[in-house]
Formats: sequence, structure tokens, C-alpha cells
Amino acid sequence: MPVNPELQGRVFPSAPPYLVGLEKVREFSRAVFATNPIHFETDAAAAAGHAGVVAPPTFAVVVQEQTLAQLLSEPDAGIDFSRVVHGDQRFRFSRPIVAGDELTATLTVTSVKTLGPHAMVTAESTMVDASGAHVVTATSTLVVRGDE
Amino acid sequence: MSTPILDELTVGDVIAEREFSLTRDSLVRYAGASGDFNPIHYRDDVAASVGLPGVLAHGMLTMGFAVQPVVDWVGDPARVVDYSVKFTRPVVVDPQDGAIVTVVATVGALEDAVARIDLTVSFDGKTVLGKAQVRVALG
Repeated sequence: MPVNPELQGRVFPSAPPYLVGLEKVREFSRAVFATNPIHFETDAAAAAGHAGVVAPPTFAVVVQEQTLAQLLSEPDAGIDFSRVVHGDQRFRFSRPIVAGDELTATLTVTSVKTLGPHAMVTAESTMVDASGAHVVTATSTLVVRGDE
Repeated sequence: MSTPILDELTVGDVIAEREFSLTRDSLVRYAGASGDFNPIHYRDDVAASVGLPGVLAHGMLTMGFAVQPVVDWVGDPARVVDYSVKFTRPVVVDPQDGAIVTVVATVGALEDAVARIDLTVSFDGKTVLGKAQVRVALG
């Protein structure tokens, strides 16, 4: 089944809120070779004016992942996960993610393009905090390989 | 650590250079931390069965560490306001020798209170990320 072009413009129901934990931020920070104490020590983060340890810029992918899972499991999407290659990725921040944040992510499919047998699906996950204020938008382009 | 001053930067300045040594342990650690358990990132048999040259680093792991020299240079990760990459080539991580990935961070453009830092991320003499750009607020 090819990728459904009618996905373009579809807005998914918001994913359940994600609570950003201190130890999860530390674990993720170690995994991406981060060394800045603002990622690890609450005191260092507070001294820099942050409400909690600051997550590395790409941490937002952990929250975004929940919304991409919604897209991949959408019955009429026609996206075969085993044929998906991550094409590009972007994060645009209004403010950094910090430990203690409760983030709610909502996915919108912004574009579906076909290139011969292949399709490119661009999906944007917008994340807001508990007050509803924008934190970060994560955008991925997924390349879905078709039969050559 | 003091924050870099926008007016003291020139397009083309190299602001950081760093080498990252990846092992299979790094991939397992990232899988656990990120929740991305795709077996092509830790199982040779699965990687081979889908025609890959070997176990690959997660693209998001490469994106994740490639920005770290910029974070260290700018002093506070909160100054990163925009970060984007294209995934152009895989990083194959040998079970014994691992993989060395180098990052060179250069001033790409100076905008109003924001510096665009361009990353050249290479493995085995070839770039693995395209158009890797970090915008840092220096106002």
C-alpha cells in the first residue's frame, strides 16, 4: 500500500502528557556525550536561571517519538515502518525543556510528497507545557522507500 | 564560563572541534536513554538481513552529540534556539574498533542577536550530516 496522500494536513489527537524527570535528563545527557553541569546538577541549572536541569536540545525526540508512533500505526497511513528512513530533523525552541516539565505533544502531517516509488512525509510535533505555552516544535521528514 | 560576544565573531571562525569515539556500548546506552530499540543499531544479523554494511549509529545519536561542542562553547544549552540536520550517510560502528566521528563547528552567519553555527560532521573521511545548523541566541 503506498503512502496515503490524504494524510497531508491531518492533525492527530494530543499524546498523553510526558513528565520530564531529572534522572531521565541525566541519562539522556550521558548518552549524547553532554558534559555541561546545567544538564546534570539542579544547582548549576538554578544558577543559570533555570527551573530544573536543562535537557539537551535533541531530548525533545523522546517526546516526539510518542506522536510519530501514532502516525506509523494510523490504519490508513500506508507507512511500512520497515521501509522508513529518517531524512531530516529540526527542533525550534521557545524555551528549553527542563526537568519537571509536563509536555503535551500534538502531531500534524504538514506534507506528503511522492518521488517516483518513494514518499516523503513531513510531520511536525508541537509541544506545550502544563500552562499551554509553546516549548518546542520537532519536525521530521520520513522517507518511505517504495519498490524500485 | 563567559558567553561568546556576537560582535566579536566573524563568519568562517572555527569555534570548536571535537572527536567522538563511538562503541557498541554507546549505541546500547543511547537506545535505552532514547527508547529507540530498532535492532539495526545493535544486532549484526538484523543489520545484514536488511542489506546494511553493519550496525549503524542512530542518526539521532549523531545529531545529539554533534551539538555538544556548540553547547560547551556557548556555556548554556538554553541558548540553542534552533537545530536542524539532514541525515545523509550512515555511521557504521565496528564491534571491536567502534567508530570515530569528528565535528567541526564554524560560524556560518550572524543574524540579529543570533549566530548560526554550521557543523561539519564526518566519519571515515565523509560527511554524515548535511546542512547541520545550530542557531544560538547571543543577545
